[in-house]
Amino acid sequence: MSFLCEVLLGGMLSGVLYALVALGFVLIYRASGVFNFAQGATVLFAALTFVSLLERGLSFLLSFVITLAVLVVLAITTERLVLRPLANRPPITLFMATLGLSVLIEGAAQLVWGTQVHGFDLGISEDPIFLGPVLLNRFDVVAAGIAAGLVILLTLVFGLTRIGLALRAVADDPQAAESIGINQHRVLILVWSVAGFVALVTGLIWGARLGVQFSLSLVVLKALPVLLIGGFGSISGAILAGLIVGAGEKLAEVYLGPIIGTGIENWFPYVLAIILLWFKPDGLFGQAQVARV
Amino acid sequence: MSQSGVPLSVSGLVPVVIGEATRDETGHRAAIIRRSVAPLFALVILLLAGSISLFASEYWLSAILTPFLILSLAGVGLNILTGYTGLLSLGSAAFMAIGAFAAYDLQRYGHVPFLLSLFLGGAVAAVFGVIAGLPSLRIRGFYLIVSTLALQFLVLWVLTQFGWFSNYSSSGVISAPPIIITGWQADSPAGHYLVTLVIVWLLTLAAYRLLYRTRLGRSFLAVRDMEIAARTSGIAVFGVKLWAFAISSFYLGVAGALWAFTYLGTVEPNGFDLSRSFQVLFIVLIGGLGRLSGGYLGAAFIVLFPIALSQILHAVTGNSVDGAVIENIQKVVFGALIIAFLIKEPEGLARLLQCVARFRVGRAQAGKREQTT
Repeated sequence: MSFLCEVLLGGMLSGVLYALVALGFVLIYRASGVFNFAQGATVLFAALTFVSLLERGLSFLLSFVITLAVLVVLAITTERLVLRPLANRPPITLFMATLGLSVLIEGAAQLVWGTQVHGFDLGISEDPIFLGPVLLNRFDVVAAGIAAGLVILLTLVFGLTRIGLALRAVADDPQAAESIGINQHRVLILVWSVAGFVALVTGLIWGARLGVQFSLSLVVLKALPVLLIGGFGSISGAILAGLIVGAGEKLAEVYLGPIIGTGIENWFPYVLAIILLWFKPDGLFGQAQVARV
Repeated sequence: MSQSGVPLSVSGLVPVVIGEATRDETGHRAAIIRRSVAPLFALVILLLAGSISLFASEYWLSAILTPFLILSLAGVGLNILTGYTGLLSLGSAAFMAIGAFAAYDLQRYGHVPFLLSLFLGGAVAAVFGVIAGLPSLRIRGFYLIVSTLALQFLVLWVLTQFGWFSNYSSSGVISAPPIIITGWQADSPAGHYLVTLVIVWLLTLAAYRLLYRTRLGRSFLAVRDMEIAARTSGIAVFGVKLWAFAISSFYLGVAGALWAFTYLGTVEPNGFDLSRSFQVLFIVLIGGLGRLSGGYLGAAFIVLFPIALSQILHAVTGNSVDGAVIENIQKVVFGALIIAFLIKEPEGLARLLQCVARFRVGRAQAGKREQTT
């Protein structure tokens, strides 16, 4: 029983990290209706920039601030050169554009900072924590705590402030929002910048786990099933789905793995997502879309 | 319009979509001439492309031209799904892998001759394509990429996990059996190239007929352009989508089998990972969505660009440049091109080339035709 708890809790802790990745997608989806495939590449770019600055002797805080500034510039550029010219195009076109953006950022990040793997230590020990009979990894607990804090903060900011309201207005009807004096370009830049900030935090936590390297950009593939299960536009959906995917993945690996073979964590979340989507095509918390001719 | 012999599948909807039926008298006559010349033209292309094998070096034949043709075929396959029917797929490489392994296993266990195994491999891929397309009954839009991604990961996992598929080879890499077509053994680079050429040529012609001359092909466009309008016009949208998945996967399956047999000479799952899926998608995006020639132009660009880039960098800097740098420059250029094409010209290189050609023929005529399409 305690083994089951351990597997379940361990899975849910990494699930929180999936939710953190998914959060960056949810923010952008809510504001601009785009599934931003480039979020994964942004995670890589942010982490690489931060670590490279750190390795050049800058302090933690300074590196963080400079990286954040770079990400804001990236958001402004993206809004100007990609989103604005593609306004009113079908979502599938925007998605494909973010695919292009994704390779572009990946290539640029590695051209500037090189392709070698950077070790990175957040200073959190990996000592085990005992929760009764259940054994947990301290790093996972702290990382999950940071992620949870960020999620709560963003939920409050976007749920209770005027900025959040403006964001929802732009998402709902860009023209109506414009007509009551909301500058939609500024809102988009803001949201993409915040998503950049989330990418940076994600990059630091995942980077400390896996090393800062190319495979960081693949976290997008972990986040995708989470988003699909949770519904694209819902923060709470993303968290719940993250927990489901994290726990389900670990359970499948421990209990299903010995029967059908190892390495199933790559595809298991997707199969889970398809099954769930069959019954709830808009995800657990997504809104049903109404199509009009 | 009815005398032109163009079958009007869904009156009122399709002429708007296709554009061909709305052309004026001169355009109409030109279309008739073009149609009677087209088979001859296709034959000339085949002969010209075939004669390349007489003088091209082995390097060009086996390292550039053969993969170019196969990637073009894969591009044509994905274009049927993404460019013509508007369904996105990130699992192209999975269908290629299915085609390759099905062809291999049919030869290995079923003693099926090469050519037949190629097409049966494509058929097996088509079956999986239909399975991947099934969620499109319930799931809309880009949610659909989840089923193709699931297939991408699942197929590679199954192929590496279970030894039966690879004849229990310890490394998982099998050298492909020799290609024998009715007693003739095609084992030279030129032989491989010619086999690939003929198959790709035939399938491209078939795709052209399917997309531009059949009711199904027109239904693809109708579903892409406005699903609800297509549905209200009596098109069985779900069935059309499944057909698009099946046909597209068939093409990808044949391309995968060719990739293993005539290009690599080995059958292995690793060559069919997610990055191959992206490569095929980029071919379509750069070459031109909804353009058959897009597959060819995109593939040519993607095959030749890295070679040209390393040559140029070598000439500029004087010494050879690190492969990783070239790969990353390539990524930046591809990414920028994809965005630029999506913004300015979704029909990609194919459209650009056409514009250049028309510019030469006459600006006035081109301007006139711009208005009708």
